Amino acid sequence: MELNNSKIKIKAKNLNVFYGKKQALFDINLDINQKEVTALIGPSGCGKSTFIRCINRMNDVIDICKVEGSVEIDGAEINEKNVDVVTLREKVGMVFQKPNPFPKSIYDNIAYGPIIHGAAENKNQMDNIVETSLKKAALWDEVKDRLNEPGTSLSGGQQQRLCIARALSVNPEVILMDEPCSALDPIATAKIEELIDDLKKSYTIVIVTHSMAQAVRVSQKTGFFHLGKIIEVDSTEKIFKNPANKMTQDYITGRFG
Amino acid sequence: MLKNIEKNMTKEQRLKKRYRAEKRFKMYGLISVSLAVIFVLILVQNIFSKGSSAFSRTMIEVEVNYDSSLLELDSPINQNSLKDADFYDLAVESLLKIYPAKDSKEERQILRLFSPDYEFEIKDFLIKNPNKIDQVVPVKITASDDIDQLNKGNFPRDLPEDRRRVSNYQLNIYDNLVEKEKINKKFNNYLFTKGDSRDPELAGIGGSLMGSFFTIIICLILSFPIAIMASIYLEEFAPKNKITDFIEININNLAAVPSIVYGLLGLGILLSVMEFPRSTPLVAGITLSLMTLPRIIIPCRASLKAVPPSIREAALSVGASKFQTVFHHVVPLAMPGTLSGTIIGLAQALGETAPLILIGMVAFVVDIPSSPVDPSASLPVQVYLWSEQAERGFVEKTSATIMMLLGFLIVMNFIAVYLRQKFEKKWN
Repeated sequence: MELNNSKIKIKAKNLNVFYGKKQALFDINLDINQKEVTALIGPSGCGKSTFIRCINRMNDVIDICKVEGSVEIDGAEINEKNVDVVTLREKVGMVFQKPNPFPKSIYDNIAYGPIIHGAAENKNQMDNIVETSLKKAALWDEVKDRLNEPGTSLSGGQQQRLCIARALSVNPEVILMDEPCSALDPIATAKIEELIDDLKKSYTIVIVTHSMAQAVRVSQKTGFFHLGKIIEVDSTEKIFKNPANKMTQDYITGRFG
Repeated sequence: MLKNIEKNMTKEQRLKKRYRAEKRFKMYGLISVSLAVIFVLILVQNIFSKGSSAFSRTMIEVEVNYDSSLLELDSPINQNSLKDADFYDLAVESLLKIYPAKDSKEERQILRLFSPDYEFEIKDFLIKNPNKIDQVVPVKITASDDIDQLNKGNFPRDLPEDRRRVSNYQLNIYDNLVEKEKINKKFNNYLFTKGDSRDPELAGIGGSLMGSFFTIIICLILSFPIAIMASIYLEEFAPKNKITDFIEININNLAAVPSIVYGLLGLGILLSVMEFPRSTPLVAGITLSLMTLPRIIIPCRASLKAVPPSIREAALSVGASKFQTVFHHVVPLAMPGTLSGTIIGLAQALGETAPLILIGMVAFVVDIPSSPVDPSASLPVQVYLWSEQAERGFVEKTSATIMMLLGFLIVMNFIAVYLRQKFEKKWN
């Protein structure tokens, strides 16, 4: 099968997540393939976002959140105390539901990551990083003449692409996207989807989405979450054409969710 | 609610009733706003009408004969010898010439038309103009408080003589001087340059102004960094547990502690145990910074809390450490709120009186302090001190000091609002 030919980039094994006493994820086992788009679908509150926040350990920020089990990236365990989250997050970038550019100039938005990681030695190199990141995010042509304007002055779709460019600026291997188009109009969404299609050539992408259509359009593999459990994972084609589970069938046909 | 709606009303009647209720509510609001405005206007009008006359000072022009023989100088005349010279005889001689006096009693009454500093004013004039020696020159001398008030129209002339502070004889001289146009008003620079005095015409807020200035600077230096660090730590780094909850509750409680309690603390610890110099801006600044700390920490934490979590996530997701996230993004965004909170906290400290009275800043200090360890008064305490004085001249001085104090508070609050608006607008 096609799935088995791809190299596994991220492997979650028996992952359990608790918010205080409430358990949010139950024994998640999920493999994410390299240089592919994996979509996670499911009704609100089913744990999709919680799951992707485990991949770059963003859940560490939440005091009451406790993560048990294992997440491996390239075979290396990330859920251990001695793993440096700064290095991890350099490798695993994230794009959020609502565009959240820093209230700084477009240039500084991109340059911030490279600055704190010491990626550029001089202004020229930095200019280069900014330009390539913006080009990869298909934003360069729209903003090249106004790099010093605040990032917040851009339109919603541009802001989200700016956030993608910011994530790309530190050369990640994995990009996590938490409903990146939920705050955007269809035209901006189309642009982002086009971009995702392009990015998957060089990056492993995990995207949480509420739109079945989007999952079909951008992903190769889809996982269906329900109440903190993975119900079904398979190739996107199979999930949407011929799901094995009745619940998946009901969800994608809009019978609940 | 439901039972209030009358069932037998038509739809139009109910609608009308609703509109009437809305109208009524708007009217109540309008009435309360106008009442508030009226009270403020009455307060301001009262202070201004009483205080504005303090900004001018009555001067009496006197022909002074700078007769060098009266000075009994042994050395040649120069600035230094003049500074040491005794001008009393010379001054009295010239002053008594303004009106004929029968006896020493009337002579005393003439001298009492002038402020007790006449001797020094005459001396200062000569030191500034040394070429006038042995000449007769018109010099303007500050009038006494009674004449000052008489000239400003605050003095009832129709009372019987024994109930007046100005005798008939003095009134005659005054009227005579007015006729000769020897009495005039000038801007009262003494109000800003002089320290406190027993004589209202010579009293100024120079000392208390400096005292308040040193106090606020010390309060700022102590409370601002501590409050900022404490609020950043509590808001961003501290684990959320029972201990931090307890600290938070206590900070809120401390902000509500009456200020006089902090005065007792300053008295008990700073003055009694640590033996800091009494009545000084140093002690006042430390005491007030204890009081100001919680009042700054609360708005600082609120403005840190108001920074959207999405900014923190954005920074963390590109690999910023917690420290970098806080100091590169959260703190700069919280800065306007933090600064305006600090300024408002300091403005409260500036107007604080009770704790300062307890640590002895209520003392009568003539000298203008030149450092935070010199004894001094402060603006609000000066208001308190002068409001207790009987002389009419201190009434206008009290109001003038209130005007200055209010002025500073308004300026500080204005800066706070300005900072907040300017830096918040930048990115919206």
